[in-house]
Amino acid sequence: MVDKTDLARQFIQAIPHAKALGLDLTHIGEGEAEISMPYNKQLIGDPRTGVIHGGAVSAMLDTCCGAAVMSHPSAPGGTATIDLRIDYMRAATPGQSIRTRATCYHITRNVAFVRATATDDDSDRPVATASGAFTVEGR
Amino acid sequence: MARPRPEPMQVVKQRRDAALTALIEGVPYIRFLNITFDRRGDELTGVLNFDEKLIGNPFLPAIHGGVTAAFLEVTAVITLSWEHMFPRIESGEIGAEEILTDENIRFPKTIDFTVDYLRSGLPRDAYARAFINRAGRRYASVRVEAWQDNHAKLFAQGTGHFLMPQPPTPKA
Repeated sequence: MVDKTDLARQFIQAIPHAKALGLDLTHIGEGEAEISMPYNKQLIGDPRTGVIHGGAVSAMLDTCCGAAVMSHPSAPGGTATIDLRIDYMRAATPGQSIRTRATCYHITRNVAFVRATATDDDSDRPVATASGAFTVEGR
Repeated sequence: MARPRPEPMQVVKQRRDAALTALIEGVPYIRFLNITFDRRGDELTGVLNFDEKLIGNPFLPAIHGGVTAAFLEVTAVITLSWEHMFPRIESGEIGAEEILTDENIRFPKTIDFTVDYLRSGLPRDAYARAFINRAGRRYASVRVEAWQDNHAKLFAQGTGHFLMPQPPTPKA
């Protein structure tokens, strides 16, 4: 049997923007996903401090939420974002990778509800959190 | 006493454009997404110049939802910063050289940002404009809309809250 994580990882790598950000899917479960992104100078938002732009963290959280929906046993196929809210708690520490973890905590025939958190090396203090609604699409 | 003669339009335009260019080109992530801005007076329109690497769904194809969110947020922050600094840019107090190097020139920080996805982003250029609902001394609320070919048919809209840069507190 092909490893589910490997398959999901290949799927993420086939997304051009995920590739551009250097996203790596590190875990996939039933309605759960974890993605990491290495520090990259091209993604800096404040050139004086070297802090990664919030937009790059948003893009990561969105990808991670989508992966969590697709990994849910009740999700038959693809998904698209209906709405996503991001709360920014603090700046990510320059030089460190960012890790996001998303959970699809409820799913209906048409809508999936997802929450996600982004952290750096200090995993006790979130960098950002997200919550959103996603479509559930047939194959 | 006679009113001082206004500065020639070319001088004013050059000063505005130099400050805006320094602001945009100084941020690596804005260059990474290749977002540019059109300026007419104090009004800004963000332009997301299409590139293959912005694709999130290669089968449709469609622009990545995260790119859309980032584009809206960048347009919101730049518009808010621009309006916040505009009087000081106009007077020549803030020049293009120091806009991103001077430690004392601070930018608004995003507190939260919500995006509504209305239709899928087609693989072509997109435009966005931000409207400041309220900019107080500490907090600001900004709404952004994004469209592609037809301004009446938005493909996404967003609302965000921002923490405004605080003047340095004098030490007692």
